[in-house]
Amino acid sequence: MPVVNWLKRHFVVIAGLLTLGYLLLPNVVVTVFSFNKPKGRFNYEWQQFSTAAWKDPCGVADMCGSLSISLQIAFWATAGATILGTMIAFALVRYRFRARGTVNSLIFLPMAMPEVVMAASLLTLFLNLGAQLGFWTILIAHIMFCLSFVVVAVKARVMSMDPRLEQAAQDLYAGPAQTFLRVTLPIAAPGIAAGALLSFALSFDDFIITNFNAGSTVTFPMFVWGSAQRGTPVQINVIGTAMFLVAVLLVLSSMLISNRRNKQKA
Amino acid sequence: MATLSEAPPLAPVPEKKPPRKRGRLVPYWLLLPGLLWLVIFFALPMIYQASTSVQTGSLEEGYKVTWHLATYWDAMSEYWPQFLRSLLYAGAATILCLVLGYPLAYLIAFRAGRWRNLIMVLVIAPFFTSFLIRTLAWKTILADSGPVVSTLNTLHVLDVTNWLGWTSGDRVLATPLAVVCGLTYNFLPFMILPLYTSLERIDGRLHEAAGDLYARPWTTFRKVTFPLSMPGVVSGTLLTFIPAAGDYVNAELLGSTDTRMIGNVIQTQFLRILDYPTAAALSFILMAAILLMVTIYIRRAGTEDLV
Repeated sequence: MPVVNWLKRHFVVIAGLLTLGYLLLPNVVVTVFSFNKPKGRFNYEWQQFSTAAWKDPCGVADMCGSLSISLQIAFWATAGATILGTMIAFALVRYRFRARGTVNSLIFLPMAMPEVVMAASLLTLFLNLGAQLGFWTILIAHIMFCLSFVVVAVKARVMSMDPRLEQAAQDLYAGPAQTFLRVTLPIAAPGIAAGALLSFALSFDDFIITNFNAGSTVTFPMFVWGSAQRGTPVQINVIGTAMFLVAVLLVLSSMLISNRRNKQKA
Repeated sequence: MATLSEAPPLAPVPEKKPPRKRGRLVPYWLLLPGLLWLVIFFALPMIYQASTSVQTGSLEEGYKVTWHLATYWDAMSEYWPQFLRSLLYAGAATILCLVLGYPLAYLIAFRAGRWRNLIMVLVIAPFFTSFLIRTLAWKTILADSGPVVSTLNTLHVLDVTNWLGWTSGDRVLATPLAVVCGLTYNFLPFMILPLYTSLERIDGRLHEAAGDLYARPWTTFRKVTFPLSMPGVVSGTLLTFIPAAGDYVNAELLGSTDTRMIGNVIQTQFLRILDYPTAAALSFILMAAILLMVTIYIRRAGTEDLV
């Protein structure tokens, strides 16, 4: 039975590609439906080909405004979480101090907590303090949950770093500042970049924590959520498609760069 | 995403301060801002939540701590079905993620060759695309008049799933099957990436050695590959199960009132009914249940040094 044998031999490849298909199917649907011309308010059924939405991506009221709020929050959350997280990562890898274990578990806990629990507890804090919910409470929350991911990413990179490189720099009469800027920082950079990229993606896409702590501020995920009830404009699919393309290019280029670096080293 | 190129300024220079041997306080200064953030906006809220859960009162008159522990009892006796459902759905999604994700992780690690980077990109890229938009796309895919439903109908699979209670009638949308399908889809990358990381570390020569010792492919997998990938399996299942158990997006968008999970209840209690004590108690129980299960699981799996 050649067919059965062929299936057996290529089982992993076939099963893997099927899973990949499952992963990408919604992206295909989003792309196809960005060219749809729906009859009613909802864009769930295929009607007619149209490029209208692509020509006028901001044609929906408030959508691009929410997109810009999300981008601003993601930018500042990334900046904040990357700075704070990198500092913690350096402290954890480079120094031995008391309470190191406690710090490690405090870093780990936000990643092991369902989002809804963090969201709800943060809301009780803000309510008790009488804080005005909005841009700032969202930003505070985003920095909080991105922080741990930055620490993990930077830690992994700094841990694999050879401390002798810094000793060598100091033997060559580099000052502490010079050693840090010319040796330590460039080596740690890929880890920091990975942490920052992850923060940006997490913050930009977060819905659950934002939904609890946003007040009347509407971020892009919240706009999409609302549109699921009110009626989804085709433009949402346009943004979704564009985001996917940008993401593919971004991830692909970062991979090619790191690959080339590795080859140069080898 | 263009903003990413303007990388934020880096942390204060640790070595700028007195040299390391004398600078005993340096690590503490490095930790201080980040830890304060976590203590104030992560740990402190948990305490506030604990205190909220034992308060009584009303929105108009205000709440007071009265150690009213009965809230926990009432919440559990009213919402245990949603609780159980959350654990069931999250468990099913985790198992499905493992079954679906393992071949793909294996493919990337050992078989992809020069396609490896491209496949990795296609796995990671959805992370950067709005998951809400992608989840809404499942509404189209699973629509009553769509290809999935008609195929399942033709193959008489729907009869079986109806009998099992996973679907109802000629519908997949608004049934448990749709919710589990959405959960599996949403958290699949969280399973694939750790699996891939641990598979990639396996020395390929071990496979050859197993082959030399006349192990058939399946035996090699069972006795060599799978045990060595255990760290990936453990962290992958945790990264899938925990967020899935607290999720309410899939149940809301793809499910119905019969598929409500505990996340939906907490969300409604907090944001619509404004019954803060009940909501706080429910979210506390969820947290405790998950922490307990995770601890037992990690002990069992024997990978305590993993985290």
